[in-house]
This record gives sequence, C-alpha cells and structure tokens, in this order.
Amino acid sequence: MGLPTDHRGADALAVEDPFVVDGVALGSRLIMGTGGAPSLDGLGDALDASGTELTTVAMRRFSAAEQGSLFQLLLDKGIRVLPNTAGCFTARDAVLTAELAREALETDWVKLEVIADETTLLPDPIELADATEQLVSRGFKVFAYTNDDPVLARRLEQLGAVAVMPLGAPIGTGLGILNPHNIELIVARAGVPVVLDAGIGTASDAALAMELGCDAVLLASAVTRAQDPVRMAAAFRHAVVAGRLAAHAGRIPRREHALASSPMEGRAQFL
Amino acid sequence: MSTTSTLALTVNGERRDLAAGSSVLDLVSSALGRDLGPDGRPADGGRLGVAVALNSEVVPRIRWASTPLAAGDAVELVTAMQGG
Repeated sequence: MGLPTDHRGADALAVEDPFVVDGVALGSRLIMGTGGAPSLDGLGDALDASGTELTTVAMRRFSAAEQGSLFQLLLDKGIRVLPNTAGCFTARDAVLTAELAREALETDWVKLEVIADETTLLPDPIELADATEQLVSRGFKVFAYTNDDPVLARRLEQLGAVAVMPLGAPIGTGLGILNPHNIELIVARAGVPVVLDAGIGTASDAALAMELGCDAVLLASAVTRAQDPVRMAAAFRHAVVAGRLAAHAGRIPRREHALASSPMEGRAQFL
Repeated sequence: MSTTSTLALTVNGERRDLAAGSSVLDLVSSALGRDLGPDGRPADGGRLGVAVALNSEVVPRIRWASTPLAAGDAVELVTAMQGG
C-alpha cells in the first residue's frame, strides 16, 4: 500500500496517503458537513481542528439578514466546497439544485442527496439513480449519498458517480454503522472511492468505517452537535488516520480461545 | 428615470417591486448591495457565491445582464448555507 509506517502525527500520515477522488488528492480523509453548528465562528474552529480539506454546504435562499458568508469562510480557509442537494425529494429538484450550486460556487462536484421522506431521511433509490444519470450527462461529478445497499452502490457507480457514499445509519442518529457487512461488500466491489456518510456518532465509528475499507468518512452532527465540537473534531481527525492504518496493517484473526503471548517455557519454579 | 413604472415580481417567495426594465443583474446587485460588472462578477473582485433561477430555470451569470425581468416572474436567489 505504500502507507507510512513511522510514528509521526496524524497530519503527516494523512498527507503522505492522500484521498484521491475525481483525480484530486486531498490531504484528509475526513469530509465535514456544516449543518447544526450554532455559529460560523464555532464552525470555523471545528473545521480547523478536523483538518478537513472538503466540506459540504446546502443551497438555500439568500438572506441579507444572514451574518457572514459560509462560502467566504471556506474560501478563506482554503477548504474545497462540496455543495449538496439536501432537502430534495425528486430527481428534478436535485438536478435544478445542483445546477444552481454549480453556478453559485463554481464547482462541478455535487453531493447528490435525494431523500424519500422526512422521518427517515433515507435516500429514494429510484430518484437517486435517475438524478445520477441526468447529472453525469450534464457534466457533474456526482458523490452519491446512498443506502447501504451493495447492489444500488454498484448501479450508481455504473451510472458514472465518482464516489459512492453509503450511510452507516440514518442522518443525525449517531447510531454508528448498523450493517458493517454491507459496507464491506460495497467496498469489495467498488471501483470508485467509498465514503461512509451519515450515522456517525463518535470517533470509534469513523475508525471502524476506515477499518472496513472505506476511503473516507463524511460527518456533520457528530461534531457540530457535540458538547465540545473542537475536541470532537480533533478526535475524528485522528480516528480516520488510525482506522486507515489499521485497515492495512493486517489485523490478527479472531480466535475462539485465548492464545498466550508470553512463552510457557523458562518460567521460574516455585516450591 | 423618475416616471418609470415598476414591475412586481416574487423574489425568494416575497413580493418585490423593481424599476421597469430591470435585468437579473440589477436585481442581484441590489439584493446583495454589491456593484457587479456586465459579466455578473463583483466589481471589487472576489466571489459572489450566489445563483439565480428565473421561473425554475437557472440563469447563468454571464446572461444576467441580458436577461430582462417581467411582471409576475418568480426568482430564486440562492447561496451556500450550513448543511449536510
């Protein structure tokens, strides 16, 4: 894998083992969302602590009353912006939202989110596939937020998505990764990067996602709604690096019974 | 200019009166309080970070100046907000 093996900090390791998506190398495998933060200042501090180089935003009506500009904050920090289509229930709305995002933010990257209903916020697979096809044909680079369904993930890749982003659990639940086996299946069959998106609650969830073979993790609420967002962001910064290293370090097999690590020979004999 | 009529349209769901003959560029400029060049970019440099849909069709920045507004138009003016 060419992964660094020394014991330098998480940042050095992340830079030497970049996350490559759509031909772009990012020095962090943590993609941050911006939803749920009470203030732009607090959000900025958390983004700094996370080390992220790619961050999602929603497209919403401009309001002159809004204090500060999130877009400007991300520009100032040199963080690449990934607009999403959150809140769209149909392919039609998602395509129009993506077109607006491309126009406003001057990027052809889009996190495609087409949800079925407001209770589960689960992706609607039919609309999602339809929107992916339409957006790819219009030149977008689609990061497809999807169910943890290996078949659907494969279909989205075949339709031209540059990354597939299966959920660990429904958005905002913090339930972690409910079906690790499916995530492993998605990773095993994917030819594009797999990003674990949604459901992350704490650092160990992100480490597990990376251990399952995911290329990156996307989260928002786990940081922005934590009691100490900056500390939690730092925790995630380390967790994705730890999980990535572990994933390629060849973990020991699970065993039924204990296996002593100290030799039985040469023990002192006590009378 | 003093005797020009106004045209009533809807911007982000709210009624707004603009001078007759206003273009999309005029609307964006006044909503944001920034001077824009004919290419739709801020006169002071920098990035604007907004997009316009006119009656559910995206109007590219380069066409803002040449796109007139008509009475009854529905305009959506969007930007990046926290989310995702």
